[in-house]
Amino acid sequence: MKTPKALYYTESHEWVKVEDGHAYIGITDFAQSELGEVVFVELPEEGDEVSEGNEFATIESVKAASDINAPVNGVIIAVNEALEDSPELINEDPYENWIIKIELEDESQLENLLSAEDYEKLTK
Amino acid sequence: MYYGHTIFEKSQEGRRGYSLPKSEIKEYKLDEKLKRQSCPKLPEVSEFDVVRHYTNVSFKNHGIETGFYPLGSCTMKYNPKINQDIAAMEGFSTIHPYQPVETTQGLLKIYYETQKILSNISGLDTYSLNPYAGAHGELIGLMIIKKFHKDNNDLKRTKIIVPDSAHGTNPASATVAGFESVEVKSNKDGTVNIEDLKKVVDDTTAGIMLTNPNTVGMFEKDILEIQKIIHEAGGLLYYDGANLNPILGMARPGDMGFDIMHINLHKTFSTPHGGGGPGSGPVGVTKRLKKYLPSPVVRKAGDLYLIDYKDEDSIGQISHFYGNMGVVIRAYAYLLTNGKERLPEIAKMSVLNANYVKESLKDVYKLPIEGICKHEFVFDGLKDESIDVRTLDIAKRLLDFDMHPPTVYFPLMFKETMMIEPVENESKQTIDHFIKIMRTIAKEAKKDPSILKNAPYNTPVRRLDEALAARKPIVSFKDYTDSLKED
Repeated sequence: MKTPKALYYTESHEWVKVEDGHAYIGITDFAQSELGEVVFVELPEEGDEVSEGNEFATIESVKAASDINAPVNGVIIAVNEALEDSPELINEDPYENWIIKIELEDESQLENLLSAEDYEKLTK
Repeated sequence: MYYGHTIFEKSQEGRRGYSLPKSEIKEYKLDEKLKRQSCPKLPEVSEFDVVRHYTNVSFKNHGIETGFYPLGSCTMKYNPKINQDIAAMEGFSTIHPYQPVETTQGLLKIYYETQKILSNISGLDTYSLNPYAGAHGELIGLMIIKKFHKDNNDLKRTKIIVPDSAHGTNPASATVAGFESVEVKSNKDGTVNIEDLKKVVDDTTAGIMLTNPNTVGMFEKDILEIQKIIHEAGGLLYYDGANLNPILGMARPGDMGFDIMHINLHKTFSTPHGGGGPGSGPVGVTKRLKKYLPSPVVRKAGDLYLIDYKDEDSIGQISHFYGNMGVVIRAYAYLLTNGKERLPEIAKMSVLNANYVKESLKDVYKLPIEGICKHEFVFDGLKDESIDVRTLDIAKRLLDFDMHPPTVYFPLMFKETMMIEPVENESKQTIDHFIKIMRTIAKEAKKDPSILKNAPYNTPVRRLDEALAARKPIVSFKDYTDSLKED
């Protein structure tokens, strides 16, 4: 199971990657493996606000439909539209294939998230 | 041999399966522009073609009449043929809903008596037989909850509490009815966590939806405390009747403090279902909620049975006429042929069978909840977790032994859930055979996981690509012919 060191993680299996004050959000390798083959991702729209702990997208696999929660607050500045036609990209590489890119509202919120090390412990 | 044709592919130009009698009506010249411009695309086949085709198609099916069907929370039990015979009687099968009530007294009597029997079984005051199925019943129940609070001018009650182990339809129905569903956590055995419940209950609580026994087959032993918490907060209790089978004649939701419930006639009272519908989901309520039941209702005045459309407080009409009448007749036949004496036997045998299967297999399959279950229970995959085999593989392998797999990956409380409900009327030989096959599969998994990974082998089609099926579904003949072109 891959857990890249430079990312932040949540207990509900999302990751955050920070780049130039923006943040990419996706689901972890553990999450995609538990879900099984992803068949559909219901994406939000650019300009939508997301808030910590609240659902912003829904992911459907052959096993179940699950909410994806925002790890931090922000405004969506880009949506990975490739997932609309090819939801399986999440299975292929869950870290390369982010779901949304947001303008961070408050960087200090990142401190509440898990480190790669802590997240690995959680999923053992 | 796999039979893979559609009736359209059997079509031969000019072949006929009928000959119409000479028309007694003179031909009428219709204006050209009113005429249909092209012929309908109907298959041209003989009667023999039709019979052979559909007989072959029927062999591709698995149903309760071909083999064991332990699908948890669905209560797939045999539908006695007497139910069919009675529903097919001419007096029922040729009836019309607009007939004067004087000419339909027999059917109305069945409606009236079925309502009364369901009241006796469940401990609720009055029933409406109009809802079409379980989820429809849930929606009707929630609409009643909504109207009740509205009439009390208690408009802040916008939330329905649903345990995380509830049937998926519960939060869905709550959303459709315009409520916000609030999840309450379960204890390890799937029962409601009282402390967590207290935290989410307040003056915005419209009600709670519960199944008892719950989806992992455990009886909600704190139900009286739960009803106290909800009622004291001003909410109502809704009982999802999906798991009524194991408490028939033993315990009654009305006595537990529930205000509203639905009963799945097609599960508990043995009428065909599972893609073969239609179903029926009668809704029962306590006396104080009686006036809200859907219209029309069947009443009795003296010796005459009546259909009453006028009820000012009713939530309104929710079905065509009186719901799925054929299902009600079948359920009535089942209830009368068993009688009140035998209903507790149904409950006891369903509980005994489930516990027998559970205890006979728990040394090879992981049992996450110990103790006596009711009519169903869950395994969480193989006991030996080092084996690289998932519940899906076990389910697929079962198909090779002519058995329907249990419900898989539901409830979501465990990773590799298998929910098994053997029901009351399967013989010990059938159940022992199932146990033997489940043990064989566990042995195969240990010896060579690929045997399971590649299953099934003996079915009309092999392992299906579920992801592709969900991404690019083929649900019509046109989709199918289009897909052939793409290839």
